[in-house]
Amino acid sequence: MHEMALCEGIVEIVEAEARKGAFSKVKTVWLEIGALSHVAPEALRFCFEAVTAHTIARGAALEIIEQKGTAWCLGCSGSVEISRRYDACPECGSHQLQVTGGEDMRVKELEVE
Amino acid sequence: MLAFNFVSSPGAGKTSLLVRAVSELKQSHPVAVIEGDQQTSNDAERIRATGVPAIQINTGKGCHLDAAMVGEAYGRLPPLRGGLLFIENVGNLVCPAAFDLGEACKIVVFSTTEGEDKPLKYPDMFAASSLMLINKIDLAPVLDFDLAQTIEYARRVNPKIEVLTISAKTGEGFSAFYAWIRKQADRVKASAMGAVQG
Repeated sequence: MHEMALCEGIVEIVEAEARKGAFSKVKTVWLEIGALSHVAPEALRFCFEAVTAHTIARGAALEIIEQKGTAWCLGCSGSVEISRRYDACPECGSHQLQVTGGEDMRVKELEVE
Repeated sequence: MLAFNFVSSPGAGKTSLLVRAVSELKQSHPVAVIEGDQQTSNDAERIRATGVPAIQINTGKGCHLDAAMVGEAYGRLPPLRGGLLFIENVGNLVCPAAFDLGEACKIVVFSTTEGEDKPLKYPDMFAASSLMLINKIDLAPVLDFDLAQTIEYARRVNPKIEVLTISAKTGEGFSAFYAWIRKQADRVKASAMGAVQG
């Protein structure tokens, strides 16, 4: 949700990087989005072009790297993959899971010139 | 100062719960409330009628409170040193889960009229909360409400979530809720002492 505001946050990050790295054009933005984050990738793609239109990221391609959700299962004492908050452990069926990854959105890499 | 962020769907009884809680807690602690709603100052007026200071935030088009709004409202409250700040978020089980307001923790208020599977339908909110208050427990007998099923669903999403049953109308369960608040206050004090000593 709030992908418009999230896109504005991405532009702020890109602009801050542009000041540091003294570049003037962004060709590609790579974003990592976790399966358990609050971000809908499709909505983000939809907003990205509109939000970047009059910024340094104008015309940049958006590459989304979707990250799987991971959790520590207390029953198995091991790390497992989950795709939703209420998933059970795929190994033992327990819900005693501590989410360990896939909750974030991160600007991973920029291709600039 | 210890802050709690109360989240729920609209109509779960956050304001009624807070009216009772602040009326009773003001005897022993400095207390203040920040109220978030899309429109009206009805909730802040209900809190102020108890003699406790309250600031109303109207989010207008917005569907949640954010930290900047709460920071601005906090600056308009009298000093709360050593006290309790209750933030009542906009009634919405979706996006308030994603916004930290500087609180010690989120408390999700779920009411017996909502259906047992709300924790599965809106898992982010139950995952983000430390305590689930099950309100309107006085209505449970006429609703065929399944308490054990609700708790089981909530713990599928968040195995660590604590649960208390209350009735803002009758006052049932509130002494256990106050004991939980005191425990959080002690925990925060202990970690602050640890930080000073460490």
